[in-house]
Amino acid sequence: MARRKSPKARGETAWWGRTRRLMIITLVLWAIAGFGLQAFVEPLDAITIAGFPLGYAAASHGALAAFVIIAFWFAARQERIDAEAGFAEPEDDTDELTEDQQTWA
Amino acid sequence: MGVNPQGDSFRRNLGRIFGTYTGGLVAFVILLAVLEQLGLPDSLIGYLFVAATFAVYAGIGIVARTVSLSDYYVAGRRVPAVYNGMATAADWISGASFVGMAGTLYVLGYDGLAFVVGWSGGFILVATLIAPYLRKLGAYTVPDFLGARFGGNIARLVGIIVLLACSFTYVVAQIYSTGLIASRFLGISFEFAVYVGLGGILFCSLFGGMRAVTWTQVAQYIVLIIAYMLPVLILSAQKYGFPIAQLTYGRALQEIAGREQEMVATGLASGEVLKSYIEPFTSLDRTNFFALIACLMIGTASLPHLLMRFFTTSSVRQTRRSVGWSLLFIALLYVTAPAYAAFAKLEVYQNVIGASLDALPEWIYTYGRLGLVDVCGISATTADAVRAACAEIPGHGGVLRLGDFSIDRDVVLIATPEIAGLPYVIAGLVAAGGLAASISTADGLLLAIANTLSHDVYYRMVDRKAPSSRRLVIARFLLLAAAAVAAWAASTRPADILSIVAWAFSLAAAGNFPALVLGIWWKRCTSAGAVAGMVAGFGVTLYYLVMTQYFGMPEWFGVNNISAAVFGLPVGFAVTIAVSLVTRKPSAETEALVDAMRRPSGDPVMGERSS
Repeated sequence: MARRKSPKARGETAWWGRTRRLMIITLVLWAIAGFGLQAFVEPLDAITIAGFPLGYAAASHGALAAFVIIAFWFAARQERIDAEAGFAEPEDDTDELTEDQQTWA
Repeated sequence: MGVNPQGDSFRRNLGRIFGTYTGGLVAFVILLAVLEQLGLPDSLIGYLFVAATFAVYAGIGIVARTVSLSDYYVAGRRVPAVYNGMATAADWISGASFVGMAGTLYVLGYDGLAFVVGWSGGFILVATLIAPYLRKLGAYTVPDFLGARFGGNIARLVGIIVLLACSFTYVVAQIYSTGLIASRFLGISFEFAVYVGLGGILFCSLFGGMRAVTWTQVAQYIVLIIAYMLPVLILSAQKYGFPIAQLTYGRALQEIAGREQEMVATGLASGEVLKSYIEPFTSLDRTNFFALIACLMIGTASLPHLLMRFFTTSSVRQTRRSVGWSLLFIALLYVTAPAYAAFAKLEVYQNVIGASLDALPEWIYTYGRLGLVDVCGISATTADAVRAACAEIPGHGGVLRLGDFSIDRDVVLIATPEIAGLPYVIAGLVAAGGLAASISTADGLLLAIANTLSHDVYYRMVDRKAPSSRRLVIARFLLLAAAAVAAWAASTRPADILSIVAWAFSLAAAGNFPALVLGIWWKRCTSAGAVAGMVAGFGVTLYYLVMTQYFGMPEWFGVNNISAAVFGLPVGFAVTIAVSLVTRKPSAETEALVDAMRRPSGDPVMGERSS
């Protein structure tokens, strides 16, 4: 296949490579917030902030905050990757009406 | 023009519409609070709360009725990211979570945070691996994706079985908790409450399908989050002079730790009975803690009723953003639940344990009469009964010890307004919030079940030429039938509600996750591989669940059966990959389909036209 690739297809391959890389980076961050922090709960608990043992707060506050930030960060990064490769959707997409909107009986 | 929940003026004015609604809700609470001071009886306040919120949901459900297939199945794919985030949060937060999560944390302490981390972290998997691609494909259901990617009805059929297995138990649990909440707060009989709840559920979905469910879920999220926040914020302000309970409960954690040592020192608690509240791995060992997080996360990313919500946004970009909003709205509740747990723990340790039997707080008897609080081995119905029961224990000194006391996990949330000395109107609000959480999740699940039966079974497998009018009639009939069966099952009070819900995560994870991820990310994945992997992963997980639960099979490597997917998932991945590699590589059309599904730009791959 690779021999017969057009420039457009090569652009697509590069774009998909960047997409895949972003996916892996995002999942590494996810694993750190979800599992990595919790694996060190005992040493972290030695520190107390506003009454919270740090290991406890890492699970009850830290992981949640990290996930929210990771989700929005990921969305923004992927939008940039799509835009640079020319695969972004039209900007005004909330009001864009798709083809299957009106199958009125 | 009128408010048509799909019209342009509706979408432009969403902020104002839901802002007015929130203001109306607050005004309603204040009005009832004033009426309560004027002598309105508690039971009437409870009824008014439920009647008013149900009327709003039913109103939205009727206004959003539709005769369009795309509206019915995917809300016309025009839901803005923020609102889909709220709807997803309501869809996600079950009645059992709303009422029981604080209690689970109360019982498990630090280890209970596995639920907080697991049920939130899964959304990262949804955003990166799955939802944007399913949205681009334009499927109506998860089995619809499997049918399109793995060409043929076998993969679709296995997907339908997985969907039914994890959604049906889950919806029964939702309707059960609707009945439980209504009967506890309103004092009506459980069986009757189940059918009242069913009526509320059907009004939200029957006429408008996904479109109506979307907007009722947004309204339900607003009720449930206000109801969840308010009692604990007031309690925090009373205790520590600062209302942000999510930050002040650290001080409660310190007081709990201090009181734990005191109780052991004074002989109120023995070292064996008392488990440290903040120390990790006292209830779940390290293996089970991390296995549970993993299963809940991957289960989240595989549950059809949740993934289905991300089919309704107007673009792939909006799908990704809406996962972020969903997480934010869900995190608001999850960051609050541990505060409830800590305050309740402190109340019990300070004012119950070590108290004279003549001076127990009144809430003990309120919930003891409902059979939710036990003292000295009996339900704490009256002070006399408690004294008599404790007197029979040899050497009991008339002071309550830790070992004498046990509490149902649901009490942690529902008793908080009373512990804080709040007027009944707040308890009514909490009841309305719990019902909103149950109903919104039940609607999402019922739609997932009925839509797969009507779209995947009837339309795709039985009658490919059915006109859309007939498809809509069938869809609604199946929704009614599924709801009736689920309500009947719930009314028989099936066993432990939380363990039923927990099964769904492992079953969904092992059944769906390998096929979803490899179907999108690995072009070489073949139909035979996906089907074999789903059957094997799902089969191993189901085997482990059933054998450990009912046939006394010893646990493998000491893994609790709630985390059964840790066995099913690797098997599912391994079988999918192995079988894919020995079968013929997918056709050029399938590869083109995967390419189109990955690219955000362009029309959905499976539009209504092409089918």
